[in-house]
Amino acid sequence: MNFRTHTLENGLEIVAECNAGAHSQGVGFFVRTGARDETDELAGVSHFLEHMVFKGTPRRTADDVNREFDELGAHYNAFTSEESTVYYAAVLPEYQEPTIDLLADIMRPSLREDDFNMEKKVIVEEIQMYADQPPFGMDDKIKELHYGNHPLARSVLGTVDTIEALSAEQMRGYFQSRYSPSNLFVGAAGNVDFEALVRQITERCGDWPACNTTRDVPPAASKSSFHCIARESATQQYILQLLDAPSSESEDRYAAKLLATMLGDDSGSRMYWELIDPGLAESASLGHYEYLGVGMYFLWMSCEPADAASNYARVQELEQQAQAEGFTEEELRQAKSKVKARVVLGSERPRNRLFNVGGNWMQRREYRSVADDLNTVDAVTLDDVQRVLSAYPLTGGTTVTIGPLQDWPAS
Amino acid sequence: MPPVTQVQQRQAHVHQFDNGMVLVGEPTEAVESAAFSLLVPAGYSTDPSDRLGLSSLLCDMVLRGAGPRDSRALINDLEVLGVERGESVGASQTSFSAATVSSNLLDALNIYADIVRRPALPSEQLDAGKLVCLQELRGAEDEPGQKLMMRLRRRAYPSPWGRSSIGTAAGIQASTSDDVARHFALCYRPNGTILGVAGNFEWQPLVDQVEGLFADWSATEALPVSDADATADDVHEDYQSNQCHIGIAFPSVPYRDPDYLRAWAAVGVLSSGMSSRLFTEVREKRGLCYTVSASLQTQLDRARVLCYAGTTAERAQETLDVTFMELLKLGKGVSADELNRLKARIKSGLIMQQESTSARSGSIARDYYHLGRVRTLEELGQRIDDLTSDHINDYLTAHPPSDFTFATLGPAALKLPQENP
Repeated sequence: MNFRTHTLENGLEIVAECNAGAHSQGVGFFVRTGARDETDELAGVSHFLEHMVFKGTPRRTADDVNREFDELGAHYNAFTSEESTVYYAAVLPEYQEPTIDLLADIMRPSLREDDFNMEKKVIVEEIQMYADQPPFGMDDKIKELHYGNHPLARSVLGTVDTIEALSAEQMRGYFQSRYSPSNLFVGAAGNVDFEALVRQITERCGDWPACNTTRDVPPAASKSSFHCIARESATQQYILQLLDAPSSESEDRYAAKLLATMLGDDSGSRMYWELIDPGLAESASLGHYEYLGVGMYFLWMSCEPADAASNYARVQELEQQAQAEGFTEEELRQAKSKVKARVVLGSERPRNRLFNVGGNWMQRREYRSVADDLNTVDAVTLDDVQRVLSAYPLTGGTTVTIGPLQDWPAS
Repeated sequence: MPPVTQVQQRQAHVHQFDNGMVLVGEPTEAVESAAFSLLVPAGYSTDPSDRLGLSSLLCDMVLRGAGPRDSRALINDLEVLGVERGESVGASQTSFSAATVSSNLLDALNIYADIVRRPALPSEQLDAGKLVCLQELRGAEDEPGQKLMMRLRRRAYPSPWGRSSIGTAAGIQASTSDDVARHFALCYRPNGTILGVAGNFEWQPLVDQVEGLFADWSATEALPVSDADATADDVHEDYQSNQCHIGIAFPSVPYRDPDYLRAWAAVGVLSSGMSSRLFTEVREKRGLCYTVSASLQTQLDRARVLCYAGTTAERAQETLDVTFMELLKLGKGVSADELNRLKARIKSGLIMQQESTSARSGSIARDYYHLGRVRTLEELGQRIDDLTSDHINDYLTAHPPSDFTFATLGPAALKLPQENP
């Protein structure tokens, strides 16, 4: 295992974890852009653009792009989040160059009007699909309520209205301002020929002009509130809660992840024994998510509407108890075993390592090996967990519930 | 260019114990983990017709304490061993899967031997187990795509093969502790159980360990399962949603059929990769859908191709018509280019499967179930290489997609296309 980096003159960085023993390689373009970089008029453009990137270039039609990826036997896709857009492919090592040729080419898309109008329909279908599924749009709603007009509150998908109002010209402008070589990088992991990779990227991306990109990272001022939204057609009641937590820059993020594992992992946690094992709830889990300048715990619970209030009261009791009394050494040991096994099992596939290497570079311009992660998890103490509890209490936060309940029962 | 990557040669070992249980293993030193899939012959097809969901309930109950461990100790000990686990109930089997660092493999197996042989089945926790199952049933009501596919399967398969594993609320509610204990005694048995292990381990010590854990498990006679007609569900179900969900099924051949690879490859041309026909015609050219797909789902003795598309109500009729036309068109054959693209995807998929011990352990256990042996990735790779478009087209000429079953779910019913327009 061998970590390598190289920077092109125009600022484009290449980072790779090379492992000659791997069967395959994962390679991708990581762009520092997402919903948080949009304005009201451009809501959803990052994700829509991600779709459009596959729609062809001056050298390739949309059909060519799809066909060539398939000819390479690539397992490929892309995703957009609040702060990144990632295009990736897992391929056999002998296809490194044609894969780079294709990925690098589509990163300079034509954004043709006809394709734009056709793909707009697909985006609208995607929005409608999610609107029909739990939590029925409340994942966006709760961020708005919690963070107000902070950039992280922006919806990744946008709405049917913002997407329909968007023009190809607006998207081209957004692309120009965000897909600068200094605002993206190439990540790779697995059986990678690094010298060849540098050459292949330089040939194809070396002449991309650099432009300045900026990103607002204002401090988040969160608000606590509770909202009950009726949806008569739903069967279950869904309860979401957002609480402040360590951000991606914080050394405390590992302690926060272990805390969330002890309190709300989907197996063997306090919430599991209190709510899932007895069959009181269909699901009840708490996870830690980290962004630039902002971190959050995200609670998700679904259960019968009649049990919702008592279940939520139990969750609050668990949170208060953890806040007041902390956790035990035994719980920490169990959580560490679980998290470390996930790190090891998840590291076997190069495409998983790609997301790890790319994620760390995206958030902190840092490389962390599997051993680094295991050591850091091992080193977390109950004092660290206590410090996180003190800095980010598990009380308060924003709660949104949606389901058949017209009103939340008074306690 | 480096040498062309080939599927690495790995040998799969098979050992059958006197009681009928089969151990299949594929060791490799290239990874640090080990994973296993334990298939026990307790599928939803064995649920009594007035206890639908009993196998799922039993699957929940066996984890509520086993051997010397109570419910909490069982889950905690698995977590301390770093076991990533999963359970699922299929048509013919309940599958327990587990993956962990290789040094913990044998300890994890000890616990699973207790789970499938000596579960406590605590009657005081039966109500909790039933509530867990009922929660899952209620949750499925809020997932329109899943609901539609359950309906399609009920309509497309003879009973009991199209049931959903989660059963019915009535079946769960009617189940007693005696039902659970009886079902356990009938279905958790060594004859018909397959344990597939992949990863970093040595074969002979594993055989010895498994022998110690399972060889004294007594065989019992298998329950007969008889086929009946598919259920009489209506084609359409009204559902309040923005999208209409469309399902189309047609019969195909099961995994052990000599024609399977040809049938599977034909479905791959339809739906594998973004240059596949459904993606191209329904999504890329017309923008009708975000999701459209088809897959060949195989049981031991029967198989169906199941297609799904989800789209807003006003475009649903066009989506149904276009998707259906593609199914009919498949009967006219596939091109050599389409097959070559598919082969590249399959081949890299086979090589990448070696990188996941979980995937591989499930794969070798299922292979044994369907074929009575384990096909190496090398052999499968060779058979894929040998496939030509003529082979596939001969198959499609003899067996064009036909005998379709439809299901729709959404705000309004659709006009079903005619098979011979």
